[in-house]
Order: sequence, then structure tokens, then C-alpha cells
Amino acid sequence: MTKFIIILLSAVFVNNYVLSRFLGICPFLGVSKKLDSATGMSLAVIFVMLMATAATWPIQTFLLDPNGLGYLQTIVFILVIAALVQLVEIVLKRYIPSLHQSLGVYLPLITTNCAVLGVTILNITESYTFLESMVNSLGSGLGFFLAMVMFSGVRSKIEGADIPESFKGLPVTLVAASITSLSFLGFGGVVENMFPV
Amino acid sequence: MNDILIAVIPVVIIGIVCAAVLVIASKIMAVKEDERFPAVRDCLPGANCGACGFAGCDGYAKALCENPDTPANLCIPGADSVAKQLGEVLGVEVADVVEQVAVVHCSGDCEHTQDKVAYSGIESCAAAKLMYGGKGSCTFGCLGLGDCAKACPHNAIYIENGVARVYTCDCIGCGVCTKTCPNHLISLVPDVKKVYVACSNRDKGAATRKVCSSGCIGCKKCEKVCPSGAIKVTDNVAVIDYEKCTDCGACAENCTTKCIRVEDLSGCHHYNP
Repeated sequence: MTKFIIILLSAVFVNNYVLSRFLGICPFLGVSKKLDSATGMSLAVIFVMLMATAATWPIQTFLLDPNGLGYLQTIVFILVIAALVQLVEIVLKRYIPSLHQSLGVYLPLITTNCAVLGVTILNITESYTFLESMVNSLGSGLGFFLAMVMFSGVRSKIEGADIPESFKGLPVTLVAASITSLSFLGFGGVVENMFPV
Repeated sequence: MNDILIAVIPVVIIGIVCAAVLVIASKIMAVKEDERFPAVRDCLPGANCGACGFAGCDGYAKALCENPDTPANLCIPGADSVAKQLGEVLGVEVADVVEQVAVVHCSGDCEHTQDKVAYSGIESCAAAKLMYGGKGSCTFGCLGLGDCAKACPHNAIYIENGVARVYTCDCIGCGVCTKTCPNHLISLVPDVKKVYVACSNRDKGAATRKVCSSGCIGCKKCEKVCPSGAIKVTDNVAVIDYEKCTDCGACAENCTTKCIRVEDLSGCHHYNP
């Protein structure tokens, strides 16, 4: 149980996908302008990360590894995740139109998102079991959610701030993003020391 | 050669399996769309202004297709030409569209009213409103920072002399500005009318007079001269009932502070699809 908690917390805080690993920066800068689109995107990411892990972990363990095809990991994962997201979109549109309405715009955007691919590949490199992989994906998704929501707050503050002309727009956003990620350095080592083995 | 084949074949198989699953899924779970929807959607201007009361043009088109009771004359920016097209596509009779234009109920420009403070905060009416009701001495009046001008999808509003003004010719009557103004100074008026009250100050006459020389002081002169009983002073400000108003202009002629104005409000409504 402790192991799961450690994996979850370190995925959310210490190894935050956006702020420490710098994966998924594109939606982090692109969709974080408004709080509601940031939450919509993050929920879609959590959802897709869990689905993708559930699909790719068995493929790696039962298909690629036994046949010595581990080097095909990246391309197979991309293929499977892309197809999976499209399938999920079709299913949602048919059976849960309300969820499709709220996630619909973001689902195709995440198809080839590097945070999703990153979490599936890192699950394999860390040699997690299936359950651990799912917990890690959930944590990564939550970490993404946290970063997005936090940063949309930061950006709404920036909107109203008096900024030098040359810094307006993207430059100040990038500076703010780097300071936000700097603050997450403070979590380094916290989780490991919370549960001494 | 063998190594390449061993790598290529599994990827191809996985690709084909994924493709097959997607094709089957999209066939089985296809969502039926009304075939009239694209045609109906093409008729609408696509401004997504929400004047019809639905969530954008897509929402209105969907409502038109699904519910035959939805009136086809709700698109105010599109006016009669769009209503006619919708009528043809859907095969229904369409009533005339009441074209509307936005009017600003404030005449407190730099000559008539004064600033009470020097404001140097965020260039936004909503933000200025939070600071003691804005920089002007009249807290009901136009804040002059142009939230409405920024919100207007057709750039039909501009700030002149500290007060928002509407280019009636560019105004499509969508009403986005009416929702944006923190003082609710803008309203939609049928564009055949010419008279409107350019004040929203609900203070008593003396208090209004102190802050603005062209504010409505609620003297009720207009009420007395109006031949059709269309103008009433409610909450110390004159309000015109456009159902009864005959555009005679008697109220404007007799207005003590000249806050009732006669202007040509006819929007051109020359939207062409």
C-alpha cells in the first residue's frame, strides 16, 4: 500500500510531468488560458492516460517482450494510443454525448501528446506491475491537472498585470511557466523521506 | 532482411487490426445527423453571437432541425434575408425579423460630467467599476474604458469623448454589448425607432444634476407631453415603451436637460451570406 502512495504522490508532485519532466508543454501553454478549458483538457488527459496504460502495458508484457520486439515500443505505442483515442471518441459520441460534449474538443488533441506516450513508456522502463502502472498514470494525470489549474490561475493574474511591451504575450507566459516549475523543485526528496523504509 | 520483416510484420498487423476496429466501430456506432443540418447551418451567418438565445449558430441550427416549433426568425444579425433562406430550407412560413440596434443610455461625455478620481488601473470597465464605481462622478454612467467596444463582434462601438457610441450601420443587433456593460447602459431598440433616453441615472433629480448636466432629473415633462403615453419616469429616469412610441419626438423637444435624443437608428443590416 505504501508503495502505491509513494508512486502516486511522487507522480503528482516530485516528478510532475509538466513542471519537472517537461512533457506535455504544448497543451500546458496552449490551453491554460481559461480555467474551464484547462480543467476540460486535464480531465481528458487523466482519462486517456489511464486508458492508454491499460492498453499498452499488456501489449508490451505479453506481445513485444516475449518476442524480443522491445525496440518497436515507441511506434507500436503511438499506433495503439492513436487508435484507442479515436475509438473512445466514437464510443463516447454514441453512448455518452454529454461527456463527449465536454471532452470532445480535447480528445483528438491528446492523441499524440508526449505526456501520454511518456507515461506509458516510463511505466515500462520503471518496470512497474500493471497496478503500479495504473496508479502511476493516475498520479501523472492528476499532476498534469494540478499544473494546468495552477498555471491558468497564474495566467489570469498576468492578464491584468502591467507588463513591459516587449514581454507581453508568450514571453511573459514562458517566464511565468519557468518560475512555476522552479517552485516544484521544493518537492524534491519530500515523498521519499515521508515514508522511511 | 529477415530482421526487417520481423519488425515490419507485427507493426503492420497491429495497424490493420486498429484500422479494422475503428472502421467497424464508426459504422456500428455512427450517430445519425439530420441531413438538413448542414444546409440550415450554411444559412446562418456564423457569428456565434447568441442573439437567438441558443448556444451559437450550431445550437440554433440543431434546434431548428430537431424541433419544428422553433421560430426561424430569431437570427437578428442575419435579418430578413437569412429568415427567408431558413424558411426555404425548412419549408415553413417565416415571420419578419425585428431588426434591432444597440443604443447607449448615457450622454455623460467630457462636457457634461467630470471625473472624480484619476484612474490608472486595468483598462477595463469591469475592473474600474470595482473601484468605488468607476472614475466618473456619476456611478451610473458610461465608464468609457470600452469593454463593449472590445466585446463587439462587428467593431460597431467606439468611445468618443469618454462615452461609448454605436455605429448603427455596423451594429448587427446581437446584444453581446448589453451583457458586457457593467452598468447595463446598452439596450437593444427596434431599428425603425428614432427616439431614445440617453441617461440611466436612478438618483433623485438634484443628485443627478450635481454630477451631470445632461442627466435625466425625472421632471416628468416628457410624460406630460407624450401624446401616446409611451414614456414613463420610473426610478427617477425616463423609460420609453417602444410598443407605444410613435416616434413623434415631442419628449425630446421638451426635455429639460436634453437627455432624450432623436437620432437615425436604422441599422443597415446589409449582411450578405
